[in-house]
Amino acid sequence: MITKKEISDFLADRDPALLEKFAARAGRITAAQFGKVISLYAPIYISNYCENNCVYCGFRSSCGLKRKKLTPEQIESEMKIVSGSGIRNILLLTGESRKMSPVSYLIDAVKIAGKYFSSISLEVYPLDTDEYMELYRAGVDGVTIYQETYDRNRYDELHLSGKKKDYDYRYKTPERVALSGIRMISMGILTGLSKLEDDLYDLFEHLNFMERNYPGVEYSVSFPRLIVEPGDETDYHEITDMDLVKCIILTRLNFPRVGINLSTRENASLRDHALHFGITRISAASNTSVGGYVEGAQEDPQFRVKDLRSIKEIESVLRAEGFDPVYTDWRRIDNTPL
Amino acid sequence: MQNNPPLEIAGKKIKNRFFLGTGKFGSKSEMMECIRESEIEVVTVAMRRVDADAESENILEFIPDDVILMVNTSGARNAGEAIRIARLAREAAGVDWIKIEVINDSKYLLPDNRETAEAVRVLAAEGFVVLPYMSPDLYAAREMEDAGAAALMPLGSLIGSGEGLKAKKFIEILIRESSLPVVVDAGIGRPSQAAEAMEMGAAAVLANTAVALAADPGNATMAFSLAVKAGRLAWLGNMSEPGKSASASSPLTGFLFEE
Repeated sequence: MITKKEISDFLADRDPALLEKFAARAGRITAAQFGKVISLYAPIYISNYCENNCVYCGFRSSCGLKRKKLTPEQIESEMKIVSGSGIRNILLLTGESRKMSPVSYLIDAVKIAGKYFSSISLEVYPLDTDEYMELYRAGVDGVTIYQETYDRNRYDELHLSGKKKDYDYRYKTPERVALSGIRMISMGILTGLSKLEDDLYDLFEHLNFMERNYPGVEYSVSFPRLIVEPGDETDYHEITDMDLVKCIILTRLNFPRVGINLSTRENASLRDHALHFGITRISAASNTSVGGYVEGAQEDPQFRVKDLRSIKEIESVLRAEGFDPVYTDWRRIDNTPL
Repeated sequence: MQNNPPLEIAGKKIKNRFFLGTGKFGSKSEMMECIRESEIEVVTVAMRRVDADAESENILEFIPDDVILMVNTSGARNAGEAIRIARLAREAAGVDWIKIEVINDSKYLLPDNRETAEAVRVLAAEGFVVLPYMSPDLYAAREMEDAGAAALMPLGSLIGSGEGLKAKKFIEILIRESSLPVVVDAGIGRPSQAAEAMEMGAAAVLANTAVALAADPGNATMAFSLAVKAGRLAWLGNMSEPGKSASASSPLTGFLFEE
């Protein structure tokens, strides 16, 4: 595996020619492994109740956010809109509240989603293996779980209270997901919380461990950049566009088969460029508010979307750049034992 | 005079022995052009990409009607998933030709021969025309044949690597020992490598990455088709390999015939 020194040297390097060379190599690897195709997905936020208090988060329990949880009917209305736009691959999200969005609520949402989508992933609070199994049988294909930061001390500092304070339970989540039979796991760090080279190295180590021990899973990673909430005085690390680009390139060079996601949290120009050196999946026409697709507004979003282009606009950019947009990349099959 | 009978699989006669994969093209219409111009007769499409109700393009609309559509089970991690995907292909797309892909290793994408053989057994019994993608292992090949496979599809090297016939010796053994057609799949990066596979007696070659990523996929597809044909003719012509032809004199045993 790449060493921490190699990571930090590459992050510190300012030679444009070297960066270009590595970007080209990353692009070639991506094309050979994944083809000239980009998968599209959209997030659907169904609840923002949260029991954690994470210093940096727009959903944290101590902030004055208007809390909301969609009813099954409202969930279906959101899904009709998203599916009507052509999206077949969705990420269902909730805040981390086991009380307000229990497993039974998630299963109901997944079952509704099954009517409209061919692939369903979840980004919710960490669960136990048997709960993941239930969700898998209900039709869940993927789980997204970010460690946020791998630095234990920093983690403890930033996660003030709630179940998320348990670093180890979160760290072992990908293993519990893999054991349940779920096909895809998306891992990542919230860049900006800690020193980038440290978090990147630890993420790679985690990913390496997962690939070795659970080889049947399709892995992907994301590098969301911290957006500092108004009033948050915490000392964070600035993550530049170049840092983000280097995260993508380093991942591709070290993990040829791992998918790399880029959300609408990043602006259109950066997203369009990144298609050429490592990105395999992007979200499109996202709304990050609970019930946002029906309301058509971004009220109390988890983060503000920067790439506001419609699916059609993104599709035409992809085509112009030589990529085939892929909407359907999985067909749901019965996940109960044959 | 050329005497080049077509390949026969499950009663279908196939003249163009270059099979095309479809997953990596940057444009579906470009892919369709490649199929048309080079008169490709067999293509494989991943069931996971098929969506008849798509708002956007449905990949099946880009496969000409006279082409043999072989749906593959990409994404299956075990026999059970491959079986379910194949049944879905029959139900949703009316397809009976199935390329079994069972891969439980996302890092190298190497096929699981044991699970694959199990899927072949179940699906062949259900009347599917089953072509297993496999690592070139003789025991597994025998198992696939017993299970009812219509052809064998051993990998030349790792998917997408373009490294050519890294597994040449083992594929040669399958060609020699199996009565099934052997279609070399995966890792073929250049037409010359495809020709090499045909020269050693492969029945056909399948590629995708090499063509889809070419700056000009149309020319690349044609180059592969021609190379596959040339390799086939070389095989039929029974061309001796240099250094392997018999010598005019018999320095070792000639003494037995001396008067």
